[in-house]
Amino acid sequence: MRLRIPVTALIAAMMMFAGYAALFIAPDEKTMHEIQRIFYFHVPSWSACFSAFFIAFVANAAYLATRRQQWDALGVSAAEVGVVACTLGLVTGPLWAKPVWGVWWTWDARLTTTFILWLLYISYLLLRGLIDEPGKRATLSAVFGIFAFLDVPLVYMSNRLWRTQHPAPVFFGGEGSGIDPTMGKVLGFCIVAVLCLMVLVLVDRYRLERLRWEVDEVRQELESRSLDFERRETHSVPAEGRQ
Amino acid sequence: MKNFENLFIAWMCVWAIFFVYEVSIARRMGQLKKEIDELKERLGKG
Repeated sequence: MRLRIPVTALIAAMMMFAGYAALFIAPDEKTMHEIQRIFYFHVPSWSACFSAFFIAFVANAAYLATRRQQWDALGVSAAEVGVVACTLGLVTGPLWAKPVWGVWWTWDARLTTTFILWLLYISYLLLRGLIDEPGKRATLSAVFGIFAFLDVPLVYMSNRLWRTQHPAPVFFGGEGSGIDPTMGKVLGFCIVAVLCLMVLVLVDRYRLERLRWEVDEVRQELESRSLDFERRETHSVPAEGRQ
Repeated sequence: MKNFENLFIAWMCVWAIFFVYEVSIARRMGQLKKEIDELKERLGKG
């Protein structure tokens, strides 16, 4: 907790510098010019999204193996942070697509699988809200979370497996892929900054989940005490009636 | 600068979405802390 303020300040500074580097240090791209700089917010959003969903996947699997509540809390926290990062990717993508492709959106394999991914994790969060019993909620959502994660490799591989409107992979895309070294360094820094921000938000979201447990525990204690009181009351009535 | 508006909107969206989300977490935490205090008070009285 003592480190909270300096860490937050450091990450805010990193984000500021990432913005500055994306707008002023990265070289201009030959065909798309300024609009290509969305790349430095768009790709880090997806890195944060996939990392968060991977954490959720590991936490969901760990919950099913151990039944420890901490894993359930981490799973839901990471899934929610992943949805936020996914939303960022889905907002910045069309803003880049419109001037370059002439359309905001197209139902190609990459965009469609990505939209399905967003819907899957929204459903995961909604599912949790529909189940009251904590154990059942954690188990069902862990199973659903593992199923939802199956779409992540599909999104990643979609522009390798099918012809898409979305550009071919820039990294690990085989011959002809890759970017200018300065662009690569700026992108690397932006990814690190956004990942650090994601971790900071994830820690906060996890603390929120811990508070939820505390509320549930205090409520249960209150309910058990009132049940005890009711039992004592019902036992005392016939005794009084006999007198 | 051509298409500067879209670039600016994208940059603002990144900050705005993270900021709104962080504020929502803080607000939910505040509500839960208040609820815990109220429940503990009832527990103390009971």
